[in-house]
Amino acid sequence: MTAPAIDRRGFLRVSFAATSGLLVSLYLPNALGQEAPMPAQQPKVYPPNAFVNIRPDGKIVIQVNRLEFGQGVQTALPMVLADEMDADWSNVVGELAPAADVYKDPLFGIQIVGGSGSIAHSFQQYRELGAKTRAMLIAAAADRWNITPDKCRTEASKVYGPNGQSATYAELAGDAARKPVPAKVNLKSPAEFRLIGKRVKRIDSRPKCDGSLKFGLDLDLPGMKVAVVAHPPVFGGRVKKIVDDEARRIEGVRDVFEIPLAKGTGVAVVADKFWPAKQARSRLKIDWDLTGVEQPDSTELWTRYKQLGATPGNVAVNRGDAKAMEKIAAGNRIVAEYEFPFLAHTPMEPLNTTVRFDGDRAEAWAGSQFQTVDQMAVAEVLGLKPEQVTFHTEMAGGGFGRRAVTDSHIQREAATIAKRLRGTPVKLIWTREDDVQGGYYRPMHYHRVQVGIGPDGLPAAWQHVVVGQSLLMGTPFESFAVKNGVDETAVEGTSDTHYNIPNLQLWVHHPKVNVPVLWWRSVGHTHNAFVMETLIDELATRAKLDPIAYRLKLLKPDAKKLLSTLELLDKATASWRNKLPPGHALGVSCHESFETGVACAVEVSIENKRPRIHRATVAVNCGIAVNPLTIESQFQAGLGFGLTQLVPKGAITLKNGMVEQRNFDGYTPPYIIDTPMAVDVHIVPSSEAPTGCGEPPVPVISPAVVNALARLTGKRYRTLPLVSI
Amino acid sequence: MATYQLTVNGERREVNVDPSTPLLWVLREDLKLTGTKFGCGISACGACTVHVGGIATRSCVVPVSHVGDRPIVTIEAVAGDPVGRAVQDAWVAEDVVQCGYCQSGQIMAAVALLKHTPRPTEQNIEESMGGNLCRCGTYPRIRAAIKSAAAQLPKGAA
Repeated sequence: MTAPAIDRRGFLRVSFAATSGLLVSLYLPNALGQEAPMPAQQPKVYPPNAFVNIRPDGKIVIQVNRLEFGQGVQTALPMVLADEMDADWSNVVGELAPAADVYKDPLFGIQIVGGSGSIAHSFQQYRELGAKTRAMLIAAAADRWNITPDKCRTEASKVYGPNGQSATYAELAGDAARKPVPAKVNLKSPAEFRLIGKRVKRIDSRPKCDGSLKFGLDLDLPGMKVAVVAHPPVFGGRVKKIVDDEARRIEGVRDVFEIPLAKGTGVAVVADKFWPAKQARSRLKIDWDLTGVEQPDSTELWTRYKQLGATPGNVAVNRGDAKAMEKIAAGNRIVAEYEFPFLAHTPMEPLNTTVRFDGDRAEAWAGSQFQTVDQMAVAEVLGLKPEQVTFHTEMAGGGFGRRAVTDSHIQREAATIAKRLRGTPVKLIWTREDDVQGGYYRPMHYHRVQVGIGPDGLPAAWQHVVVGQSLLMGTPFESFAVKNGVDETAVEGTSDTHYNIPNLQLWVHHPKVNVPVLWWRSVGHTHNAFVMETLIDELATRAKLDPIAYRLKLLKPDAKKLLSTLELLDKATASWRNKLPPGHALGVSCHESFETGVACAVEVSIENKRPRIHRATVAVNCGIAVNPLTIESQFQAGLGFGLTQLVPKGAITLKNGMVEQRNFDGYTPPYIIDTPMAVDVHIVPSSEAPTGCGEPPVPVISPAVVNALARLTGKRYRTLPLVSI
Repeated sequence: MATYQLTVNGERREVNVDPSTPLLWVLREDLKLTGTKFGCGISACGACTVHVGGIATRSCVVPVSHVGDRPIVTIEAVAGDPVGRAVQDAWVAEDVVQCGYCQSGQIMAAVALLKHTPRPTEQNIEESMGGNLCRCGTYPRIRAAIKSAAAQLPKGAA
């Protein structure tokens, strides 16, 4: 099997602490080839350079180099390490690692949750860590029993010798720590896995069900203050004048002051607690200077985008015969225009960060998907080096991309306020209104597509224009994904389509708009999959072919992941998809993203003028399924997240530069009734390297639902959100 | 500022706060019961659901001055009740949670449902849980856990 290899220059180092047992650490050299510096901080219960800590009581604490915000990585990565280590799972604890070089993503080179890469990129890394730790424990036991290591076997945190000897990992930890770290270890074959591939329950369930688990927003430190910020009504506006007498009169308010923002300026209110801070903010009278600030308006943006869409832009794909369309009669062409609005992520836990600045060092607490970047931002604001900022990864209540922001605006606001309150920890809270109105949205997009249908019913010519802001231009990540004026994240899912479309021209326009934009779970696939899968469905209907059969016919033979999921979907839905009650219809879609193939079928009727999703069946090919239970959950629930773009209030709109929605009353994500009543998930058996499951559930559901609606009403739905059917 | 005597999870607690302070923030910041979550502040998401006088209540919009002597039960104490315990256990058994942030509110809403309707239909579930947002979208497993908890409860337990 293939798996992303960790940096071969990396090496293990082992240290021993009498109180806490064996510590296995993996250091990766930094760009200069020097050993990564030890992060300067006092440890919570572990040194932050270690991955595994075998405690004298037998507990095995594994550091998770990722944020846990629902995707289940706090369970899955410890499973991978514990499996190779033969650790007793009932004694394994997963902890979220703080920011440190050693915890950087082996492929991305920064500490991040992104690109559905947590398992994909760290599977091999955590296996090797587990196997090396096990080898050292065996070496210690072999010494003790005066035998060779190959005579030993391990199970459930114990080493066994050939003559009835046994010792626990905790007993061996001290000796093991003095053993050399093996340069190379054999990894298990899939048949030897004890945890990988098993339906293992999440380790964070109970504390999330009894209220004991602390999220970033729950942090409580001695002397801590709470801050909220009044942001300008238009992105980039600046404070002209503040009248704050009324605000300052509220009991518990400590300070009111102007602060710089990522764009423009704002007013910070610091109080003993949240409620006085919020009340005081609502009593501020601020004159805003909007001179020279563009005030975008959704209606005008659509006009502008449509004008752009009528012209070719930068070339993303130019394949085959660019004149193929001319040979196709008008009656055999489909011309389709699609509109996708701005979307907010709105994770359930409102965004927050706590910072304490002590002059020559600082401490920060954040549910961050982007620890390296956010730590650097805090340091920069405070005039410190990143290693002078101890950066704790807090459990996060959802994120969906919103906690990986290239300008770290939340952390910068928090650090700016903490700088003024030197010595005092300050928790910055963005209220839901701040979140809904604060930007960093999935960009709005316009697609204009012309498809020419060949005599076989397959697409013979495809001309496609995408209009939308670039996510990455102007950021430090521009060089990764922007080429020839095309931001790959705007066209992913179309430019790399697995359908056999011989003549494909794809153009892109990236207008500049004064609205901050950001990746939204599954990024460009949210709109590209919708366009592709609704058009393919329309072609299947025109060709009078079964939607699964048509897709199987049109996919390239090398699209193995999608082909396998469609074949599995075909079997898994055989019992119901052609026997639906009157008024119910089938909708199908498939899409590959982040190297995971997904096929989806839904049964939909119309109730109270809304789609009622009676069931969904999903087939997934994600390579080795590390934790099938988590994968099942991710897909069941991820469909619900994907429906954010179908619900009637699933849009952020602007008028005179101001966001028109304020909270969940105006921007309303799916409730229980909007989501599938039942979802069955089927995983294609595989021994290939695991690929991500965080984002791939999202793209498939919306096209599947509107494809079903099209069967019920005869209409095609191309403008989102779905305000009426 | 005013002083209020509250009965929270069976204990008398005194707080000195502005009368307009929502019960949510009294629980979270004054009583350090952070299991009850802030999600929206306008009773649109249900993350702040607690029981006030036995009724599932959005604590983010109830000023502390309106609580009176009605007993308050939060997620931290709901296991003390057989229905509460059954629901929490079912949530764990069904592996419902993902990010988990909304689940205190979901569980408090589900407990209130089962106390009034021990054998809920799909429609009962949709009505009672209909205003609790889960951005992860764990709704299918929430449905399953409620049914599983209902099946665990002896008849008339509520």
